[in-house]
Amino acid sequence: MPLENYALAARAEMTRKSAPIFEKLFTTTAWLSALLVMSFFSWMVFDIAANGFAKISWSFLTEAPLSAGRKGGISTIIVSTLLILAVTIVVAVPLAIAVAVWLAEFSRREGFAARAIGITLDVLAGIPSIVFGLFGNAFFCVFLGLGFSILSGGLTLACMVLPILIRATEAGLRAAPNEWRQGGAALGLSKATTLWQVLLPAAAPAITAGLLLGIGRALAETAALIFTSGYVDRMPASLNDSGRALAVHIYDLSMNVPGGDQAAYGSTLILIFLLIVINASAIFITNRILKARIQPK
Amino acid sequence: MFRLPADKVLQRALFVVALLTASLVGLIILFVLRETLPALQSPGITRFVTDESWHPLEGKFGMLPMLWGTLFSTTLAVLLATPLGIGMAVFCRYVAPPALVSTFRGLVTLLAGIPSVVFGFWGLTVLVPLIARVEPPGASLLAASLILAIMILPTVALMSEAALAAIPESYAQGAAALGLGRRATVLRVMLPAAKSGIIAAVILATARALGETMAVLMVSGNVVETPTSLFAPIRTLTANIALEMAYATKFHRASLFVSGLVLTAVIMLLAWLAYRAEHHIQKATGVLHAA
Repeated sequence: MPLENYALAARAEMTRKSAPIFEKLFTTTAWLSALLVMSFFSWMVFDIAANGFAKISWSFLTEAPLSAGRKGGISTIIVSTLLILAVTIVVAVPLAIAVAVWLAEFSRREGFAARAIGITLDVLAGIPSIVFGLFGNAFFCVFLGLGFSILSGGLTLACMVLPILIRATEAGLRAAPNEWRQGGAALGLSKATTLWQVLLPAAAPAITAGLLLGIGRALAETAALIFTSGYVDRMPASLNDSGRALAVHIYDLSMNVPGGDQAAYGSTLILIFLLIVINASAIFITNRILKARIQPK
Repeated sequence: MFRLPADKVLQRALFVVALLTASLVGLIILFVLRETLPALQSPGITRFVTDESWHPLEGKFGMLPMLWGTLFSTTLAVLLATPLGIGMAVFCRYVAPPALVSTFRGLVTLLAGIPSVVFGFWGLTVLVPLIARVEPPGASLLAASLILAIMILPTVALMSEAALAAIPESYAQGAAALGLGRRATVLRVMLPAAKSGIIAAVILATARALGETMAVLMVSGNVVETPTSLFAPIRTLTANIALEMAYATKFHRASLFVSGLVLTAVIMLLAWLAYRAEHHIQKATGVLHAA
């Protein structure tokens, strides 16, 4: 393929008299596409920032929502969001570490079981969030009888973020040099001890980065939560209560509450702020790993 | 290899956990399937295409208008995002001043991380009123396509850029040796060489647009009608699920699960196609390296 391409390109180049104009046109088009997208993006960000800052205050963060969220704050929403995230993390992290340890340390790399599990993880990562919502509703809310609750929402999100966590942890473990495993074996340590004392601590930054990405994904999620954790905006008394996540709050304010725009702007700014902090820390930690990694000779 | 008994126990336990996690996918498919079963009974699954309208409470279950809504909005979004995304990748790789590159890439990555509900909210409060000034009601196929296009742009741009970055250095050297300018090098050598990767990017972006729910739900008006113009309101299959799950029962509920299942199947198929397309490029460049 490339040879004919070169020939065609060279011929076109030689026969074309007005090449400089086309060269300019090409550069301008590339600049324009970048500028167009960036100006659209900045328009969105500045609009949200300007309107959001006007709404945010200490009382907005610490008061419960009043009159369907038009007045008051988002304290109960923040609590519900944190509880949902907590359920997600408590369930997903141990599972993810276990699977990742098996994949990285115990499986035969191209073995049937490892490949089959890898494929199912890819499938899981590709399922659209609304379908996770359908599943969560049918399984956690109805079949297990958990109803619309923080528990149902958190468990649904746990299924969703599992592939992210597993892949990140697996990559962290695989990056640990083989000498460390051999060193453990030479000292007569069991594989379990080597894992616990050497490999998992070495993979800890990667696990943290993956965890942050997973939390970011869970925090951004709306579709999977509207019919698992529900809409109730009161302070949840337990994990069995329905609780409204921040993203669901934004959705409800803008779609179902006339005059809820300003509160929605405030909530959106908080959500974006949280996501930027989380993603930035994930990137920071990943860069630190790359720099700090001890290179075996 | 010699293994301590404790390690054997650990290995078995971890393997069981891994199997259980893998069976989660089976569980998801099983439960969605189970909920679709009532759809096989009266009034029957063919009603999704034979009924002329969607009034589930009055026993009309025609899903075609929403299928068109999904297909039109996705197609338009992909048509908008593909040239723009490739343009951004080319900009980032070959045109942008070096000082700008990492900032630009960072912003695109940031764009990729913005939640769909934020796109939906912004579209609803800013974009929809603007479109309504041209032609009411504003919440329309156009609004949905524009918001979807912005949402899938980072996928197209970042993956296309990765595909361009994977091209062996020798291609650029060959182009330079022939005295090709930047335009000819990019358009006639680089982009064709990265074709498979770019196709994979577009396919994955299509899958993302098909599965997107909240943003589209918030800006598209949600009227169940086959759209006749860009300014007509639409309802997509995903939005339909989100809107009606709360009160749907029996056949109605099952029909929502059927649409979810079909969407998942299509998205899986697209993901597989994208994987195949990417695999293709790896093979191709591998052969060229050897030669």
